[in-house]
Amino acid sequence: MKLQKATRCALFAIMELAAEPDRQLSANEIAEKYGISTNHLAKVLRSLGRVGLVEAVRGAGGGYRFSGNRRRTTLLDIIQLFETIDPIRHGEREDGDDTTEGKALCQVLMEIEDTARATFASITLDTMIKLVDRGR
Amino acid sequence: MANSQPRQSERKCNVRLAKASDIPQVIAIDAENTGLSKAEYWEDLFDRYNNRSADMDDDTQPKSVKRYRFFLVACDGDTVLGFIIGEVRAWEFGSPPCGWVFAIGVRNEIRQGGVGNTLLEALNERFRKAGANKVRTMLARDHTLIMSFFRSQGMMAGPFIELEKDL
Repeated sequence: MKLQKATRCALFAIMELAAEPDRQLSANEIAEKYGISTNHLAKVLRSLGRVGLVEAVRGAGGGYRFSGNRRRTTLLDIIQLFETIDPIRHGEREDGDDTTEGKALCQVLMEIEDTARATFASITLDTMIKLVDRGR
Repeated sequence: MANSQPRQSERKCNVRLAKASDIPQVIAIDAENTGLSKAEYWEDLFDRYNNRSADMDDDTQPKSVKRYRFFLVACDGDTVLGFIIGEVRAWEFGSPPCGWVFAIGVRNEIRQGGVGNTLLEALNERFRKAGANKVRTMLARDHTLIMSFFRSQGMMAGPFIELEKDL
């Protein structure tokens, strides 16, 4: 499974900020760590700001700070801001989907979509940060 | 998504094997959580898990056989705050001995107070003593709340996939 670039940027930024909610980081600092474009990340951070997950801190030493709830925000909450991980469940159709073979293929793909959705929906930022810490 | 919800303070509790007198409270907690009251089911589970004469009231060392089934409750005095049920099973699906968690429930009003963590850790400890070094459970995909709980305990997808079909 592959996530879109904006989604990965958002997840990296949120994990970085939520790991230490009192700390503020600039888009530059986050972008440098993960090797991503600062411009792209800045757009993503604005999207996260609009839903209240991060807040911009102005002034010297300003940057971004996590403003959500680590124990309530799931990976799915963040992913869905940028892409749909279960397009077939959401009614997206492709050529051939109306054939018997296409329907059977959709059935199999939906099984995969449902599993992916359940996985992302059950992992909170808090759990993700623990997972990161265990890997250190 | 971002609205903060304060975490409840850790609730102190004592974990022990369930007694017959606890079962009405277990039934009530389950009914509160699921919307269904299943008295017969819980009484039957209690009989199968804790009500064997050989090791009744024995939560440490068995009198005759090693205990491998556990119906535990977390209590504050006589009040049951939550329950957990599990069993060590071996060689089903080709799996070496493994602890299975079959049910867990905590009173709604004290959720996020650490009682679920305490119950699961108490069960895990008993699983370890019974010779298991892995704990496993199975959940409905759309039971996000309970799945999040097990995820928060470090549990990840295992090597098995559940399959089914209509008969």
